[in-house]
Amino acid sequence: MQTKPEPAVVGDDLIEMSELEVHYELRGGTLSRLLGVGAGTVKAVDGVNVTLRRGEVLGVVGESGSGKTTLGRALLGLAKSTRGTITYRKPRAGGEHPEQVVSKMSARELRELRTDLQMVFQDPHAALNPSMSIETAVGHPLKIHGIASGEELRKRVAAALERVGLSPAEQFMRKYPSDLSGGQKQRAVIARAIILDPEVLVADEPVSMLDASVRAKILQLMLDLKADLGLTYVYITHDLATAKFFCDRIAIMYLGRIVEIGPTDEIFADPKHPYTKALLKAIPEPDPHKVVPRDLPRGEIPDAASPPLGCSFHPRCPEAVAECGWESRDLRNLLEEHWTRQDPSVYESEQGLVGDLGVLDKPQKRVTIGKGADSARVRQLLDRARAENPSEPLWRGVDEVRETEDGVEVVFHKGYDPLLRPSGGVEVACVLYPEPVTPEPARPEDDRHGS
Amino acid sequence: MTEMTDRSASTATSGGPVIDARDLRIWYGTDRGPVKAVDGVSFTLRKGEILGLVGESGCGKSTLGRGLLGLLPEGAKMDGQLRFNGEDLLALPKKQMFAKRGAELGMIFQEPLTRLNPLMRISEHFEETLKAHEKRIGKAEIERRSMEVLRLMGIPPTRFRSYPHEFSGGMRQRLMIALSLVLRPSFVVADEPTTALDVLVEAQIIRILHDLRREFDTSLLLITHNLGIIAEACDRVAVMYAGEVVEIGDARDVFAEPQHPYTRELLRSTISLASTGLNFIPGAPPDLVDPPPGCHFHPRCPDAMNVCATTHPIQREMKNGSRTQCWAADLRNGYAQDLTPEQTTPLSREEISVADEA
Amino acid sequence: MLTGLISPFRRTSGMARWILVSGLFITGVFIAFALFAPWIAPYDFNQQTVDGVKFDKMAPPDGDHWFGTNDQFYDVLSRVIWGARTAVEVVALSVMFSVVIGVPLGLLSGFVGGWVDRVLVFLMDSLYAMPSLLLAIVFSFLLRGPLGGGIIAAALSLTAIYIPQYYRVVRNTTVSAREATYVEAARAIGAKNGTIMGRYLFGNVIQSVPVIGTLNAADAIGTLAALGFLGLGIQPNEASEWGYDLSRALDDAAAGIWWTTVFPGMAIVLLVTGLTLVGEGLNETVNPALRKRRLRPVQLPPHEPSTYLAEKDDTRFAVGDRETVEKRDER
Ligand SMILES: Nc1ncnc2c1ncn2[C@@H]1O[C@H](COP(=O)(O)OP(=O)(O)O)[C@@H](O)[C@H]1O
Ligand SMILES: Nc1ncnc2c1ncn2[C@@H]1O[C@H](COP(=O)(O)OP(=O)(O)O)[C@@H](O)[C@H]1O
Ligand code: SF4
Ligand code: SF4
Ligand SMILES: [Mg+2]
Ligand SMILES: [Mg+2]
Repeated sequence: MQTKPEPAVVGDDLIEMSELEVHYELRGGTLSRLLGVGAGTVKAVDGVNVTLRRGEVLGVVGESGSGKTTLGRALLGLAKSTRGTITYRKPRAGGEHPEQVVSKMSARELRELRTDLQMVFQDPHAALNPSMSIETAVGHPLKIHGIASGEELRKRVAAALERVGLSPAEQFMRKYPSDLSGGQKQRAVIARAIILDPEVLVADEPVSMLDASVRAKILQLMLDLKADLGLTYVYITHDLATAKFFCDRIAIMYLGRIVEIGPTDEIFADPKHPYTKALLKAIPEPDPHKVVPRDLPRGEIPDAASPPLGCSFHPRCPEAVAECGWESRDLRNLLEEHWTRQDPSVYESEQGLVGDLGVLDKPQKRVTIGKGADSARVRQLLDRARAENPSEPLWRGVDEVRETEDGVEVVFHKGYDPLLRPSGGVEVACVLYPEPVTPEPARPEDDRHGS
Repeated sequence: MTEMTDRSASTATSGGPVIDARDLRIWYGTDRGPVKAVDGVSFTLRKGEILGLVGESGCGKSTLGRGLLGLLPEGAKMDGQLRFNGEDLLALPKKQMFAKRGAELGMIFQEPLTRLNPLMRISEHFEETLKAHEKRIGKAEIERRSMEVLRLMGIPPTRFRSYPHEFSGGMRQRLMIALSLVLRPSFVVADEPTTALDVLVEAQIIRILHDLRREFDTSLLLITHNLGIIAEACDRVAVMYAGEVVEIGDARDVFAEPQHPYTRELLRSTISLASTGLNFIPGAPPDLVDPPPGCHFHPRCPDAMNVCATTHPIQREMKNGSRTQCWAADLRNGYAQDLTPEQTTPLSREEISVADEA
Repeated sequence: MLTGLISPFRRTSGMARWILVSGLFITGVFIAFALFAPWIAPYDFNQQTVDGVKFDKMAPPDGDHWFGTNDQFYDVLSRVIWGARTAVEVVALSVMFSVVIGVPLGLLSGFVGGWVDRVLVFLMDSLYAMPSLLLAIVFSFLLRGPLGGGIIAAALSLTAIYIPQYYRVVRNTTVSAREATYVEAARAIGAKNGTIMGRYLFGNVIQSVPVIGTLNAADAIGTLAALGFLGLGIQPNEASEWGYDLSRALDDAAAGIWWTTVFPGMAIVLLVTGLTLVGEGLNETVNPALRKRRLRPVQLPPHEPSTYLAEKDDTRFAVGDRETVEKRDER
């Protein structure tokens, strides 16, 4: 049994990401392509600043779709950064650290970089070439970089396989990926990643596709490798429980941005960002005295192509305040929630009153609903919805509900898109921290819709 | 003694069990010989009760779940006794079993998208399901009943005429649940319903499943390999290993005081917020064509004794009320006192290779 | 790669294996004819005399000429056997050429994408859209000048028809395989594009090539015969060719001379059938959608004593009281 590893002796800065952005242009249908208009931009990574220190395990935690994989791929130059820089300080004997900017590297330099930076992939069943034997696959990096061949190559492959627990190596070398179990495949992938003796290993959810009983074994292996080979890890996961055990520092990501970052102990002792708190609460604990949590955030991670205004988490945030960026789409969600609670007949009558919900789909700070209907009744409908759930955070962000000539206008409070700022021992991007509500410094709330 | 494990204080209701399974066996014939995927499983499930079924992959959980609903592939053989509200399901002709499925027996799968027709609106899915079992049902009634379950699953009525691809992953799973509940079955099997989902969405779905009984009075067999989910959502838990239920009992009792070494080791190897170390069970579940003799767990069991390698343990009621099959647990609970010292000597085995894993 | 080619055969079972084996048998017989024609065939394909004695013209089958002779004094059996050599040579060459050209083009096109892909797709689609016989006729006209009317020319005219098929299949599988994690993993270990194409994509996108190859070969036999029938294929003085023989024999059939048509005709039909069977058999094993995991019948042995602990007064089921349960101890 392995107890929590001592925090490693953390050294100098190894990789520095600064204002890193990876945006994907969405290609629309045939028509929009002919007309030359893009269907939008997915801001998979949207302004990330983080420094990886030599010898540490940095956790990147968030739901799927928050940009973790893209961040990891960008580190290795596998995803092109559209803005910002990644600086790699290659440790050399003699103490100099020549700086290399990953985002400016040529294809040849990038290939060279891969001897230092390696990746372990989420799906072990897909990460190995099905028509390549384990021996060839694991030895391929050595061959590609012209480091070893022939008997020497074979010896090093055998050593790497033994190192990751695939022993006797002779037996595994002849096999094909389809002959191995999930855990064994992941071991082979790890063997391939360490055979070049890299500095940094980006592990993208290395255990999430494995059976629960195998997870601990693979994590144990990674801990052993770290200690033996002096590796630095970027550990990507959606599971805070393994991150707590595994990481020295944790960055919580949501919709392309880091929303909280700090030492693991601080994050777990006093989680600040409402998203971090929610993630913690949602972990199913094998403790039968814990009941099913009730106050979890609603909904799911929004579409990264059209993120919410202000703080991206506000539509789900149980603690949201007026400054969080409330807008028309939130009103749509509110109405839908209202109808979900009511009898279907209520929906039929009220839906006619509100009219086309499509007007709410474009992000707006003031919006008019119930065009052409009796505005007093529309207003009553909103009042009823409010009375039904007075603690709904949306109402904090509504400045005014006005009956006008052509309907009821709802005016939302000015919002902010909070930046990461220090609070306690960590950095948080939330208007609630540091207390009291401190919107500044922040980006403009519709920052992401500007481009 | 049958009812000894049915003390699920919170929900136990009167009446006989909804599911009463005895000595179920489900074998698959393969080139290498029969795969004994389920081999002598007995349990009961009461009205409104949630039974969690847990174990590593390949232990026969899905096979058992499908077998209960008569959803086995052609060629799989099943025997034993299976009563559903007192009716013998195994004696039922195929056609009647088919009619029961959906109406009285429901299934929730892991990947909702593959189960939904991308070209059919949600409303059409409901129409098809309802019409299949109630031929003369009217349009208004279809709409009323579908909207009602959708509402309970937290899907807004505005989405009733959308297509499956317009929904997010969590919403799709809610849809699947709604579809399998619209006929109000009294027994539902959910096979790893949240494995493909994120933690927050997973928690939402678990909460929905947990609350099912309140609205539907449904008994649920919840298959998962996540012990955390069992702890939070289930009244009772059955631990499956190599085609057998090795321990079954009240979730709280089993978690507090696991009797079977496999249960204990599974619990210890779960990484949770409270974990201070990494633990794991060496080796992998056995090939079910030729499972180890005696206790199937003996090659991996830290408590194994000589008797374990030769003689299959029998199920007994333990002091905490759970039903367990394990020699070591027997000794602790005052059973099997006639075992000789030779038989109770710790078993010496070859060490299991690190890479022997699932 | 070799194991990759053999394993689908091992995976066959039941009907698929039967189809594959019978196809392989028929095809094998013809390949044996082709390889050993000089030893199997009683005479040369253009032999009209033996020991200075000329054969009878259009003699019915007898002890000297099992399949009779035709209007050119040739021995029909020898023509059929030598015809197998021609057919196998032409088809093997044309399949080889089209694989060698079509597969790399498809790989490149799918991997590189962009305008290269678009231009190639357009070209190949145009080729594919043309009626194949017409295409073969055009090419055999064009090639007759530089290459004459021999085997190579015939093979090349067929090649043009089949390239687009390999191209399309390989290109489409490459486009989807390009996104696979193992390709990204290859990039992550520093592999160059050439390495990725050669070592990571090639082996995975050629899975269906053997199937297309055999089905094309079957098709090619027919097209070759059609060319010969039209007098556009291999010239009669170069080699024996079934289509040509058929076209000459057509007039005889009306006169009740059946052996000059039936035997070459049957050869064509048999070889086409054999190759098609091989192709379909392979397809069933390579294409997982068609392959069904079949379970063997299984017999459940009688129940051992119940594992279930029943209540003493529980009489609904008569299995598993204390006594039977305890018996299990002694096993
Ligand atoms: N190659 C790509 N093209 C377009 N969008 C992409 C691509 N890769 C990722 N995305 C989008 O970027 C967002 C972040 O994805 P990802 O980095 O995979 O997140 P995570 O790993 O946290 O699940 C998602 O919305 C995803 O759809
Ligand atoms: N259709 C099938 N044919 C043959 N063997 C099967 C089939 N389905 C499952 N099995 C085998 O039965 C055993 C139990 O499988 P399964 O019920 O899926 O377990 P679990 O759900 O616990 O992972 C495994 O050994 C598996 O290989
Ligand atoms: S800024 Fe903070 S409080 Fe406001 S929505 Fe975002 S996380 Fe919630
Ligand atoms: S019977 Fe023996 S081997 Fe099996 S679980 Fe109990 S102690 Fe372990
Ligand atoms: Mg990811
Ligand atoms: Mg399963």
